Amino acid sequence: MIAVLKHELRIYFHSLTTYVFGALLLAFVGIGAVLYNIQAAVSNFEFVLSFGSLIFVIIVPILTMRVIAEEKKQKTDQLLYSLPITTAQVVIGKYLSLLMIYLIPLCLICFYPLIFSQFGDVYLLTAYGSILAFFIMGSALIAIGVFISSLTENQGFAAGIGIAIILLNYYSVRLSEVVSSTATGSVIAMCAVIIILGAVIRYLTKNSYLAYGVCSILIAGIIITYLIDSTKLEGLLPKIMTKLSLFERFSVFVNGVFDMTSIVYYLTVIVFFLFLSVQSLEKRRYN
Amino acid sequence: MISVEHLTKCYGDFMAVKDVSFEIDEGHVYGFLGPNGAGKTTIMNIMTGCLSATEGHVKIDGYDIFEEPQKAKKLIGYLPEQPPLYLTETPLEYLKFVGEAKGLRGSELKEQIEKVIEQAKIGDVKNRIISSLSKGYKQRVGIAQALLGNPKVIILDEPTVGLDPIQIIEIRELIKELGQTHTVIFSSHILSEVQAICDRILIISKGRLVAFGEPQNLEKLLLAPNEIIITTDATEKEISDILSNVDHIVDMSIEQKESEYTIAHIKSDHDNIYEVSRNIFFGFADKGKALLEMTLKKTNLEDIFIELTESSANEVETTESEEVDR
Repeated sequence: MIAVLKHELRIYFHSLTTYVFGALLLAFVGIGAVLYNIQAAVSNFEFVLSFGSLIFVIIVPILTMRVIAEEKKQKTDQLLYSLPITTAQVVIGKYLSLLMIYLIPLCLICFYPLIFSQFGDVYLLTAYGSILAFFIMGSALIAIGVFISSLTENQGFAAGIGIAIILLNYYSVRLSEVVSSTATGSVIAMCAVIIILGAVIRYLTKNSYLAYGVCSILIAGIIITYLIDSTKLEGLLPKIMTKLSLFERFSVFVNGVFDMTSIVYYLTVIVFFLFLSVQSLEKRRYN
Repeated sequence: MISVEHLTKCYGDFMAVKDVSFEIDEGHVYGFLGPNGAGKTTIMNIMTGCLSATEGHVKIDGYDIFEEPQKAKKLIGYLPEQPPLYLTETPLEYLKFVGEAKGLRGSELKEQIEKVIEQAKIGDVKNRIISSLSKGYKQRVGIAQALLGNPKVIILDEPTVGLDPIQIIEIRELIKELGQTHTVIFSSHILSEVQAICDRILIISKGRLVAFGEPQNLEKLLLAPNEIIITTDATEKEISDILSNVDHIVDMSIEQKESEYTIAHIKSDHDNIYEVSRNIFFGFADKGKALLEMTLKKTNLEDIFIELTESSANEVETTESEEVDR
């Protein structure tokens, strides 16, 4: 694992994407700091992070697109399989190297509240709480990016899908609010979401029975709930999206609450997608 | 050293490897020979743990590659068909990573890297970016990687493909050298190459192991339904009479006469062809007929290869070549 970690860091520091990642993150947070803290003279640094989180849509896929896809393309994954290390060690090593690269600009950002506190009252506790949450949320997004990269050997494809998924996650709540909040509207929207989920499952596992099974159970559940108590379904989609959205949960931290359930949620997302990445790598041995 | 038992690999409906079993002993150079798409790479990938098997076991020094992959993989150095190189690194950096991943640390790592750089003769290029190296040097870096950690077995998948003749000779020399200290298994679809380097040959065709043995023994083995060609001035009937007294003759055919002599092709199922030819000789002598010419039809590896891999009825049993006395 350490070997993979060191190796990945060496490759990343030789490549431009690392510097683009760091520069864009710093630039965006910097612009936010100028807009909020300097021009608008707001002393809350957490708003800057809320503004800066949008840049994840671009920079996370840029950072993670090559992490596994490139190994497949260059056939170096054969080496990793034949070395006496497990795929879990490979994935964790790679993931930790990404986290380190992510931490470097974040360490610089950590100085901002301190600098601002020289010129006025800054709520350092919420500022640093938010930076920590910002780190964990970014880590969760990176885990998703690693998984997407493990699905393909085309970096561009990995980046495109990554941008689409993170963007969808960013706007999911606002999009879901467009859907009619009546019970019937919710049923239709939920069924559509479930069918998309089924399609994704089918694409990933190449197992249509599993996809059909999951779809029919979920749709049956929705319809039964609708028949028993349709009021429960009112406004269901926005509620679910709020729970699932990584960005929406971050706004709780920005509002000054260090929400442990959200931290647990982020950690769960990290573990889940790293697990899927390991499985995705393992699967290549079995097809 | 390595035992492969009833290995089968299916890709969906397609059976790439069908019930392959063999044993590999320490200290020889083994050659996997087969046409493209025969399943050589698949077998090698399974042996090195890069691919799962649908059925069967692979044991390296007693460690099952699926059950105890870490221990088994430490005993193997593998160079896949396309050398798995990180093009943006230098060979030195690359070897450092592979060494660390193989569990080498500190001074041991340094010594090993120096040793393999010397063995693979890549000292001149060790600080150049791999993407700028020639194919031959890339192949050498790949071999150096396989040698790290001093594994007992080195598996090379088509190491000479795409190289120029001089590079091919150099790589062959290197394989021969390695064969003195390691067990080397390498695959190729070029017969002469395998013949030149290997002590043992495994011929693979359409996912089956069709022959396994020393090059000389393989020739003998495939000679088994032996053919003797005689030229005589006896008539067809006289030849039949004489041969009816000789054992182990399974078939006889007369070539169309172009001269006053008769040419007969005699097939025997005896293990020792000379035994049969002696009996034929005395048979003719007893009848007072002259044998003007007597030839044993010899098969060379080329014929074996073509026969085994191209004939549709290649139901030749997977046999260890037995000692055939000559």
